[in-house]
Amino acid sequence: MSSKVAVILAWISTFILYPGIAAGASKLSELSKINLPEPATKIATEMYDLHMFVMYVCVVIFIGVFGIMLYSVVKHRKSVGYKAANFHHSTTVEIIWTTIPFIILIALGYPATQTVIAMKDTSTPDITIKATGYQWLWGYDYLTGEGEGISFYSKMSTPREQIRNEAPKGENYLLEVDNNVVVPVGKKIRILMTANDVIHAWSVQALGVKQDAIPGFIRDAWFKAEKTGIYRGACSELCGKEHAFMPIVVEVVEPEKYSQWVVAQNKKSEETAVDVNKEFTMDELKAQGEKVYAGTCAACHQVTGKGIPGTFPGLDGSKITNGPKAEHIKMVVNGKAGTAMAAFKHLSDVDIAAVVTYERNAWGNTMGDVVQPSEIKEFRN
Amino acid sequence: MAAIHHPGHEHEHHGPPSGIMRWLTTTNHKDIGTLYLWFSFIMFLTGGVMALTIRSELFQPGLQIVEPEFFNQLTTLHGLIMVFGGIMPAFVGFANWQIPMMIGAPDMAFARMNNWSFWLLPPAALLLITSFLVPGGAAAAGWTLYPPLSTQMGMGMDMTIFAVHILGASSIMGSINIVTTILNMRAPGMTMMKMPLFVWTWLITAYLLLAVMPVLAGAVTMLLTDRQFGTNFFNAAGGGDPVMFQHIFWFFGHPEVYIMILPAFGIVSQVIPTFARKPLFGYSSMVYATASIAILSFIVWAHHMFTVGMPVTAQLFFMYATMLIAVPTAVKVFNWTATMWRGSMTFEAPMLFAIGFIFLFTIGGFSGIVLAVVPVDIVLQDTYYVVAHFHYVLVSGSLFAIFAGTYYWLPKWTGNMYDETLAKTHFWLSMIFFNVTFFVQHFLGLAGMPRRVPDYALQFADFNMISSIGAFGFGFSQLLFLYVILKCIRGGAKATDQVWDSADTLEWTLPSPPPYHSFETPPQVSFDEYHVKNVQNVHSK
Amino acid sequence: MSQEGNHYYIPAPSIWPITGSIALFFMTFGAAFTVNKIPVGYGLLAIGFAILVYMLFGWFGTVSRESEEGKFNKQVDSSFRWGMSWFIFTEVMFFAGFFGALYYMRILSVPWLGDLEHKLLWPDFAGGWPTSGPGITDKFTPMGAWGLPAFNTALLLSSGVTVTWAHWALKLNKRSQLKWGLFFTILLGTLFIGCQAYEYVHAYSELNLKFTTGAYGASFYMLTGFHGFHVTLGAIMLTVIYFRVLAGHFKPEHHFGFEGVSWYWHFVDVVWLGLFVFVYLL
Ligand code: HEA
Ligand code: HEA
Ligand code: HEC
Ligand code: CUA
Ligand SMILES: [Cu+2]
Repeated sequence: MSSKVAVILAWISTFILYPGIAAGASKLSELSKINLPEPATKIATEMYDLHMFVMYVCVVIFIGVFGIMLYSVVKHRKSVGYKAANFHHSTTVEIIWTTIPFIILIALGYPATQTVIAMKDTSTPDITIKATGYQWLWGYDYLTGEGEGISFYSKMSTPREQIRNEAPKGENYLLEVDNNVVVPVGKKIRILMTANDVIHAWSVQALGVKQDAIPGFIRDAWFKAEKTGIYRGACSELCGKEHAFMPIVVEVVEPEKYSQWVVAQNKKSEETAVDVNKEFTMDELKAQGEKVYAGTCAACHQVTGKGIPGTFPGLDGSKITNGPKAEHIKMVVNGKAGTAMAAFKHLSDVDIAAVVTYERNAWGNTMGDVVQPSEIKEFRN
Repeated sequence: MAAIHHPGHEHEHHGPPSGIMRWLTTTNHKDIGTLYLWFSFIMFLTGGVMALTIRSELFQPGLQIVEPEFFNQLTTLHGLIMVFGGIMPAFVGFANWQIPMMIGAPDMAFARMNNWSFWLLPPAALLLITSFLVPGGAAAAGWTLYPPLSTQMGMGMDMTIFAVHILGASSIMGSINIVTTILNMRAPGMTMMKMPLFVWTWLITAYLLLAVMPVLAGAVTMLLTDRQFGTNFFNAAGGGDPVMFQHIFWFFGHPEVYIMILPAFGIVSQVIPTFARKPLFGYSSMVYATASIAILSFIVWAHHMFTVGMPVTAQLFFMYATMLIAVPTAVKVFNWTATMWRGSMTFEAPMLFAIGFIFLFTIGGFSGIVLAVVPVDIVLQDTYYVVAHFHYVLVSGSLFAIFAGTYYWLPKWTGNMYDETLAKTHFWLSMIFFNVTFFVQHFLGLAGMPRRVPDYALQFADFNMISSIGAFGFGFSQLLFLYVILKCIRGGAKATDQVWDSADTLEWTLPSPPPYHSFETPPQVSFDEYHVKNVQNVHSK
Repeated sequence: MSQEGNHYYIPAPSIWPITGSIALFFMTFGAAFTVNKIPVGYGLLAIGFAILVYMLFGWFGTVSRESEEGKFNKQVDSSFRWGMSWFIFTEVMFFAGFFGALYYMRILSVPWLGDLEHKLLWPDFAGGWPTSGPGITDKFTPMGAWGLPAFNTALLLSSGVTVTWAHWALKLNKRSQLKWGLFFTILLGTLFIGCQAYEYVHAYSELNLKFTTGAYGASFYMLTGFHGFHVTLGAIMLTVIYFRVLAGHFKPEHHFGFEGVSWYWHFVDVVWLGLFVFVYLL
């Protein structure tokens, strides 16, 4: 192949790809953003401004440096007959151009320092919420302030069919959850972060918060939203296969609406507080269990119960799901250390009983026995 | 590159064995350099195929071609293979070829150990690649291997850990060799401050490697015992801390990124003066700047951890220290510009890649500065902005410098000129597609797209599509590179000894290709660091 | 390129490095299988280890032959010095990683876990050192400093003296003092390893102090274990040197093999002092 032919081929392939790029670019809908989302807190505003400031400074330096270089490239070339000079150092110039960046950096560092200090001041919150990362959902406990005692899980609500391209994707694809975190506007909310299994990160850009949730440790962050609205974020630390699927949705509402939400929430938890000592029927448990399974376990063990060979064991026909109840319950409640099978003790007694019953009687498993919530309660003690 | 072998220059009683045994048992720095370079290129293609798979999955929202678990394995192995298999061995290959020739030595100080440093790499690569085949698949915790996620993995993780051990051993031996060669084997008159900048940058890089590779070995050893022997270094229940791993890892990891850029600075500092036909501006300040970058690199590691929840003072300290690195780097960029200023420039492929390097590396450096500002990093950490940042410094930084160096020295190595037209085409295609691939990732990151995800929200769809198309373009452009190299090895216009009219380091005083043992009698060096012209070539045929 | 006189010695092509790589290939795959309880692992490990031993004999044998044949001139000798110094530097950094981990757990993570904020997760944990952490309730007794460890310190320090005594002898060409000096050094080193082994048995059986005993157990065994491993390596290298001395190797003005090993031995000594202070005493 002569080099000419190769060059022509190369450029032709470039032009074949070009329409693709152009199509992509022309499609850039109003959805596509090229900058940080609009900030909703004072800290986030400062972050936004800092980013703009640093970026402009960089752009200016860039234009300066490469303006000079470009001039040189155009003018000082052999092909236009330019003869090389022969200078090779100048202490003065070098001192100057060491000092200037230094000064610029101080100018960048000063405002950044102010924001860091403000950002880290988590004292005197109005409401404290604990956020716990699980593989792969978030748990929230309202610890102090209005709404104290509220506690719920928040899981991605985008249906699997959309992810599998079997259904059209909704507007908030991957950014929607079953239970939003609701907080009042204008109040200082402190979030305590922790995790159950691996490191996750609680992140909502518009609120200016991103904080890793570290198992066994508590870390905190705060925000005070200035506008009502719905703010979306996502887990921002690789936490396993479903890392892309654990969004965070914060709903900032007027204080009155918040109070109403609190009342409603408390009422709901009273209603759903079932008596663990009640005897459930097989069908009730299986129905509930199927839901829990689909929501929590199917991510690994698959809806079919076949698991993913080599990575996640199948539960269909497994020794544990077809063995003594106690072992099965133990596996689910305590998990297995050092494997992806985390402890699911955060599930309610009813849910655990239901999912265990379901697993023992689903797919090819026909144990025929029923695990009652009371047994779970007993196991826990 | 395989054609350097020059039978005329051997002593009868000591010809190298022929065939495969030559390569398996060689103690010759050029042979070993060649092995390193080919190995790294193969690893680059391997890591590149993984990158293309990643980009194909990300072409559209939704899960298309790979499962999330496998996607994470690809990301992890792409990072590990590119860093440890692609970039680092390439620079060691350059070191092997060039350092003895540039300082006027017959070979590396420890020629046998040099062979071992190289031949440790294939077992490590095998461990990494075959880990895809074991139950549970390859490691999927990111190239940073953070626990506790990495404690959850299967056997692939153990294989990765052992691979890292071997790679570490290889790097340590390689660095001991380089340090000793530079300190002990310079030709008479080659004082430290007359050494070519490439040699200087490698000396400093080797020190970085010596200091941090053992620390990485320690970190992954603790990971191994946590996984398999029940220790609790990274487990709160036992009084340990998952974040401790991050501290130890990044104590290695940040110097590591400079390990991947300092030799690149070295190459560019050789290329720019040659094609500007003018001495390097501010030689000594270049040396000091390199040393400053290396020293500072030990106290900035926690800028990768601004979101783990450190005390305010720690965050501020690491922010200031990180920003400070812009100062010595600025010195470098300005010195290169000043070298070009009022030169008499021509723009062959090495020069194009070197200028492309300065241009794009600076963009990457600037996004680094943006990330160094703690409040801004809080919104950008673990988003595609970071991915954009490090591909600007690694691909258009390290990799472009590797391309520049390859074209620059290829005629010396093979004795043939490469095809300039094709090489220039390679440059322009790489330049265009690189930017198409990675510039848009800044936008994705700012808008909030997390990294290490196989699927994303709809607002990110368009830029991802552009980025994926760019990635394929960039990948295929690299096949052109392979073609140029093969063509050059097989033949082409004969290269002169001097090759480039104003190249002035010692290797250009040797024939092209150079004899099997570079300088059997040390040359006399009689020049100062700026007027490197009047070399007395004492090379004996 | 076997050159005499002032030429730098470049060894001929050699099979030892590739042999070493094959050994490591078997060992790492073997280890990966072994820790995952896949039976072939042990076999692979054993094969790898055997090849490694073969390679070490071959390689070191070659080097000492070359040395005795006088192929190493001054410049080569000084390469060895640079090489060994920087190798020891990497070993120092390796230990620094583990000392860093100890420091971090003791000064940072354990107190954090015991602070007020963390009562939410670990209500009963008070912090303090030594500890097995908030989640491991098994009781254990920490290792005291003034029994065996102090004796071990004395052993290692005196072995540092004996090896230096041997070095002096070598320089003055007093071969019999050299032999005795080396012999005592090896003896003291071996004794140290024996005591260390006894200490581990004692810790496991009587103190309930295990590898799995949280932060304290992990850092204790990791640091002392890697140190013990280095002492073992050092002792093996000393033994090799001892046999070379018996075979009449080394000259008063030319004995880098000996010096390299003695540097290594001093390094192991110094690390122990660090251990004694930070692991046992404080
Ligand atoms: C070759 C590799 C390389 C290089 C050279 C750099 C260089 C720099 N990097 Fe980068 N970095 C990486 C590779 C590299 N990085 C990688 C791989 C990661 C991600 C790891 C992972 O998480 O997987 C990362 C991540 C990373 C982060 C963490 C982001 C996050 O995860 O949240 C940060 C934050 O501070 C950072 C900063 C910097 C800075 C300040 C520099 C500086 O050295 C840049 C200095 C250069 C310039 C500034 C340009 C030239 C200067 C001028 C023209 C003068 C004037 C300029 C000013 C006055 C501003 N890098
Ligand atoms: C060190 C150097 C290096 C290099 C050179 C590259 C090169 C490339 N990288 Fe890499 N990348 C990293 C280091 C590097 N990367 C690291 C450290 C990470 C972080 C990992 C982590 O998160 O843990 C990362 C992560 C990373 C991501 C983020 C993944 C994620 O977060 O999930 C992406 C996504 O776009 C990406 C893309 C690319 C692309 C398109 C290239 C291209 O430049 C590659 C071009 C090369 C080829 C494409 C090969 C040659 C072409 C062929 C072989 C021809 C085509 C094939 C056939 C005909 C079969 N990289
Ligand atoms: C993060 C992935 C993951 C999730 C989510 C998960 N598991 Fe598991 N599970 C595993 C893994 C991995 C194992 C294998 C552990 C081992 O190595 O023995 C396992 C094992 C099991 C077993 C024992 C199977 C056997 O035969 O060994 C049962 C029963 C089980 N899980 C039930 C559940 C239930 C019930 C849920 C949901 C409430 C669940 N799992 C959620 C990963 C998961
Ligand atoms: Cu949870 Cu990522
Ligand atoms: Cu860094």
